[in-house]
Amino acid sequence: MRQANENGMEMVRAEQVVKRFGQLVVLNGVNLTVKRGQVVVIIGPSGSGKTTLLRCINHLEKIDSGHIYIDGQMIGYREVNGRLVEDREATIARMRSQIGFVFQRFNLFPHKTALENVIEAPIHVLHQPKNEVTERALSLLEKVGLAEKANVYPHKLSGGQQQRVAIARALAMNPKLMLFDEATSALDPELVGEVLKVMRQLAEEGMTMVVVTHEMGFARDVADHVVFMDKAVIVEQGTPEQVFDHAANERTRTFLGMIREE
Amino acid sequence: MYRGGKEGSVFRWDVVGQNLFAQIFLTAAWTTLWIAVISQTCGVIIGLFIALMRMSRFPFFSWPARFYIWIFRGSPLLVQILILYFGVPEVFPGLVPFITVYSTALIAFSFNEGAYMSEIIRAGITSVDAGQMEAAKSLGMRYSLAMRRIILPQAARVIVPPLGNEFNNMLKTTSLASVIGLFELTYTAQVNGSQGFVYFELLIVATFYYLIMTTLWGYIQNWIERRMDPDRSNQIKRQGSRSFLMRMVGTGTSGTGVR
Repeated sequence: MRQANENGMEMVRAEQVVKRFGQLVVLNGVNLTVKRGQVVVIIGPSGSGKTTLLRCINHLEKIDSGHIYIDGQMIGYREVNGRLVEDREATIARMRSQIGFVFQRFNLFPHKTALENVIEAPIHVLHQPKNEVTERALSLLEKVGLAEKANVYPHKLSGGQQQRVAIARALAMNPKLMLFDEATSALDPELVGEVLKVMRQLAEEGMTMVVVTHEMGFARDVADHVVFMDKAVIVEQGTPEQVFDHAANERTRTFLGMIREE
Repeated sequence: MYRGGKEGSVFRWDVVGQNLFAQIFLTAAWTTLWIAVISQTCGVIIGLFIALMRMSRFPFFSWPARFYIWIFRGSPLLVQILILYFGVPEVFPGLVPFITVYSTALIAFSFNEGAYMSEIIRAGITSVDAGQMEAAKSLGMRYSLAMRRIILPQAARVIVPPLGNEFNNMLKTTSLASVIGLFELTYTAQVNGSQGFVYFELLIVATFYYLIMTTLWGYIQNWIERRMDPDRSNQIKRQGSRSFLMRMVGTGTSGTGVR
């Protein structure tokens, strides 16, 4: 179902998204727009719903009401006789193949080398020829600084290296949107920088990104738009300056104050 | 080949020696072996289907799977064999030409084993970190593709050791086919033993063959498990020289630890 979006400028449009886990309301009418090429950073305390929102964007989680559009097309559901029904697996899979997702725990395939991880989906999902894919994969691994680790298995890589492979794996699908779910939260502090560097580079190259993170420095430097979530709603959003330096809402200030004390 | 003994005679090793490599026992051992192999293989295949059905979110699939597991794990294999061999022809006379000792044994063993294998396989699949399926899906893989390329290869690592034990059991379980007169090792020993009053001695011969097979399998099982284990201290891995098995299943630990 195509939704009119101004000049095709909107990559993600979440409308009144509600999500419950049993009795617990995790997203309570969330509205979010991400423009093409924009870097949106979502911050907030744990349990605020920010990770859930991210996972709803690529339909890893179903939503209970509301709509989410990716580049004008509704994801997860389609309209049948005026009602919304869950979409076919093939359609959802196809939409997901255009959205890159980077997990907190990397989730590399342990039985495959770094290179094999990166080429797996382009070959078996997009049916691209192996030698083309391998070439592109090697240059992607080089881009994230891991060309020499191409034939190494994940368990022999550091966390930062694994995460960079994971980013390369997502990029291999040529996504129009990249979602980062606390990509550095599981890393030792000294490894965080190398991953943030890759993310920063992607942003500079114009990738549309939605990043859930606790890295406030990254948010301030790289984000075009910052969203603060708490208790299942978006409390405040704006430019990094607006949110970090001139937060209008008390809850935002409290949260940022607590972060600053660390 | 066998001669009758007098009442109360001592155990006759010579009888054992004579029959140890007799044709009837070699044939019987072969029968035991191929029935075990085919039954176990079919059991694994059935088990995989049942496991996937059992894990389905559609009751249309999960309920029949649960029922199947309940029936075949909840009743004795011996009774299942007897029901198939004696009961089914009574109720479905049209099936009689299909009910031979071989088909009965293979079907009963396979279906029974399928129920046990399904639980082993299901345990293997659920042991794979949930993040793996999420990563696969997020790359645009459909469930079936993700299962085939990502989940099952990792599940295999967990499934292989108990599978090895199941085959060990299967080699011995084939002896149950003796109740319907299939000439595997046990029945062969029983029939020929009672004919010549050398019952005990021939059962020793049968035991010998069972021991040979299970012991040999033990070595093979050990070899397989060692090849699948990434933490072997005497590992020599050269670039590109990974065995088919290692390439299939990998040498990494499952899950993704932070280093």
